[in-house]
Amino acid sequence: MNERPKFRFVSADRRVREDRRFVAGMGKYVGDIAEAGMLHVAIVHAPYTAAKIVSFDASRALAMPGVVAVVEGEELSTNVEPLMNGLDTPKVQRYPLAVKHVRYNGEWVAAVVAQTRAQAEDAAECVDVEYEPLPFVIDAEEAYRPSSPPVHAAHGSNVLLDRTFNWGEIDEDFAASDHQLSLRVTWGRSSTVPLETFGVVAMWDPWAEVMDVRASIQMPKYADQIARAMRLPGNAVRVHYDIDVGGSYGVKRGIKHTVLACYLSMKLKQPVRLIEDRLENMSSGDAHGPDRIFDIDAAFNRDGIVRSMKMRALDNAGAYAGRAPFQLGKPIGAIVGPYKINSVRYHAVSVTSNKAVQEAVRGFGQSPTNYAIETMMDRVAEHLGMDRVEIRRRNFIRADEFPYLIPSGTRYDSGDYHTVVDKVMKHVDWPAFVAERDRLRANGAYAGIGIAACLEPSGGNSSFEPLLNPANTTTTWMESCRINVDALGNITATIHTTSSGQGHETLASTVIGEVLEFDPDSIRIVRTDSLTSLPGNSPVGSRMAVMLGGSCYLAANKLKKKLKAIAAHQFDCAPEDVDYVQGVLRAKDGRTLKWAEMVNIAHRNFHLLPEDCEPGLEVTNVYQVPTGTDLPTADGRVQMYPCHSFEFHCILVTIDPDTGKVDIPRYVIGHDCGTVINPHIVKGMTLGGIAHGLGAALMEEFVYDGEGQMMAQSFMDYLLPSSHEVPQVEIVHHCTPSPFTVMGQKGSGESGYLGAPAAISGAVNDAVRSLGIRFNRLPMRMTAISDAIAEAKSKQSN
Amino acid sequence: MKITLHVNAGERTVDVEPRTTLLDCLRDELRLTGAHSGCEHGVCGACTVLIDGEPARSCLMFAPQAEGYEITTVEAMSPAPGELGIIQDAFCAAHGMQCGYCTPGMILTAHALLKHNPSPTRAEIVEAISGNLCRCTGYGQIVEAIELAAQRLRGANTEAAR
Ligand code: FES
Ligand code: FES
Repeated sequence: MNERPKFRFVSADRRVREDRRFVAGMGKYVGDIAEAGMLHVAIVHAPYTAAKIVSFDASRALAMPGVVAVVEGEELSTNVEPLMNGLDTPKVQRYPLAVKHVRYNGEWVAAVVAQTRAQAEDAAECVDVEYEPLPFVIDAEEAYRPSSPPVHAAHGSNVLLDRTFNWGEIDEDFAASDHQLSLRVTWGRSSTVPLETFGVVAMWDPWAEVMDVRASIQMPKYADQIARAMRLPGNAVRVHYDIDVGGSYGVKRGIKHTVLACYLSMKLKQPVRLIEDRLENMSSGDAHGPDRIFDIDAAFNRDGIVRSMKMRALDNAGAYAGRAPFQLGKPIGAIVGPYKINSVRYHAVSVTSNKAVQEAVRGFGQSPTNYAIETMMDRVAEHLGMDRVEIRRRNFIRADEFPYLIPSGTRYDSGDYHTVVDKVMKHVDWPAFVAERDRLRANGAYAGIGIAACLEPSGGNSSFEPLLNPANTTTTWMESCRINVDALGNITATIHTTSSGQGHETLASTVIGEVLEFDPDSIRIVRTDSLTSLPGNSPVGSRMAVMLGGSCYLAANKLKKKLKAIAAHQFDCAPEDVDYVQGVLRAKDGRTLKWAEMVNIAHRNFHLLPEDCEPGLEVTNVYQVPTGTDLPTADGRVQMYPCHSFEFHCILVTIDPDTGKVDIPRYVIGHDCGTVINPHIVKGMTLGGIAHGLGAALMEEFVYDGEGQMMAQSFMDYLLPSSHEVPQVEIVHHCTPSPFTVMGQKGSGESGYLGAPAAISGAVNDAVRSLGIRFNRLPMRMTAISDAIAEAKSKQSN
Repeated sequence: MKITLHVNAGERTVDVEPRTTLLDCLRDELRLTGAHSGCEHGVCGACTVLIDGEPARSCLMFAPQAEGYEITTVEAMSPAPGELGIIQDAFCAAHGMQCGYCTPGMILTAHALLKHNPSPTRAEIVEAISGNLCRCTGYGQIVEAIELAAQRLRGANTEAAR
């Protein structure tokens, strides 16, 4: 299975076609759109963490130059439907603007529309709102208590989800194990924070009765959600997919922004543009990530085999439900990581609080979960005095055990974890690597090694939806491709989504070129809009290599089949007896039909077509996720994503004891995502993911003070890793093709990010172990590290 | 107020409010949308342009303050429509980007660096781009792109000197 299949274009060192427009400054982002008569929106934000809106007066604002309208929540809520919740929690209603109550500091209270953004901003400051402060809750543990003030009184409590899954004989496994230990780790609230904030331009055409939407969006079923909220037919919303998105990594799902802009455009019969400023993006763009406390009990044997795990994950969803609770569900598909843990109890709790709203963040909850699992593995190793690499080796699923069914119901497709680790160990020269750490320590430095082994579930379906919300029976999660060969013989394919840097045009052209044996550069890729598109679910869940790649592959093969049928009719033979080589159709007896001849027959010679053959050369494919077609079982088992990429991080850090600054002189990652379609893209994803993981581990957090005020007001307080912080990364490649996908490919869109926080945490803890310090919380910011070291040292000297 | 800006070797007169930033002026008035807005408070570098050849943050400057300076935006980096300059081509060869949002700023910063220092070390490249945030790439391929561009520019210069 480890033989790399031979490809011409797939896996080859080929350029990413999207790059040309970006280096010229010719990307087309939502902020670049300028429609005639376009109006601009500024937002009025709530200055309270929880409050009742007592009065609202926009008269001063309306009198200001350029101001066209001011809209508040009451008006909006009578004209649009509430935004969709993931769970069946109908009393947790969310509208783009606060209705009667504000539930977090910064929440949107009103929209001011003016001729220019500056005018709108000036007027927003003159909207007079009176509030009556209410009790609030910030902390998740507190919110979980029945005595806490409910964020949504009608819902009755702050609990959105409280569910325990028992997979396997947990109590028996615990009783039969030699050892047990418990730990708690906390994942602080951060996000992907793309450089481009969210933006949308909505344009209601009252003559065509169509809402045209251009947005920096990455969201499944975006057009449907707009139509539902706006009470429009689905075919009255046209989302344009030819907008370049300036980074997303999950969070660009500005449905509240979009519904608001659509409403304003419909009301004012003019194009309306709403673009977040940076503060808005961070405080109230509703795009924060998981905010989670893990409590783990592990049961393991003397030899290091972990038999069972109990995990409670308590997540602070923020003020509205959204899709946050599902971020507790997706990790169920890899809840045992790459290990053969026999049984698992998983207690997933999601609570509302008076913090900003969560959105999907890269990995959809997997990176925090991997951090928890990997910390557990480190603790087990420490408890037993065992090497951290060895303990992982002992627990890994073996290459010959795939497909491997984990207790929670997912069958892992393939992997060869031992070989990847061996390759990395060889690459770093493990004894020398350890010796280097010890040399640094001998010279007085705080140096540590971090290890993390984890999975990237990919090819996203949404099995967590029916699992956590029985009212939702979705098992379909398709992606599509359409290929057309024009009358001159040139190939054009369509894709049906926006992209935010993943290189989907390159992906599609490479795969189609591979199958049809045409230079991918000769294949044009175009993007449709939602009215002309085939069904799809957008690039979430690390799914496009698997799903768009799969659909392009199948569509191209369908085209080939049609060509063979047409050729067979000319040759008077069976289609199986026709060969296709680089666009030429060949009969067994040596007769050939060239591409141009085939195109001519298909487009112009109906009399030469076989019966029931449609003229032209156009094919479509709608591809369902491989595996993952069943609803969950009664005991809560389900096949989550079909494919599982593997990554193994091995890093060396040093810590400056005075400043607490962590340096990473060596960062090595072993990566196996099956067949790679474009090596540049996969490399970029991995390096970018590690940088993002470094941010989550050491720098980034949306800190709230006790009053519910979000403290990160700018890029000065919310620190993104710069080129100074991000280490040079060495990648060790391995390829274990997936048996479930068309070319053996798996996903890589979340690679690096899924293991970097765990590895960095492990390394920092290794570095300060001699001081008796243990960091149980991310991010480990410089101040936290330097304070802990100073405290430990002063204790030691006393 | 009416101001005249020297942009990409041409003169442009625009009528703006005095508080208009150079970034907004370039994007909204001159429709040069290659400079991007990432933070509008001087941290991210997405709005980088060259002012008399040096990288500067166009979000921190008011448009009237830019009068009298030579302003260069990413749009001037292409020798002709559809053609890539050496640095741009190197960014494509190394895939020094993903979403492209930080890319114009990175290219202009690289341009200024390589003009001063044709043979930068890795550390010098890292230093030069440290004021330009990229959320996508982790910088690895951007550094490689600039190394490649430096190498090619040196080659091109030697050839031109012959
Ligand atoms: S937009 Fe100017 S530095 Fe960020
Ligand atoms: S390429 Fe997306 S921010 Fe740099």
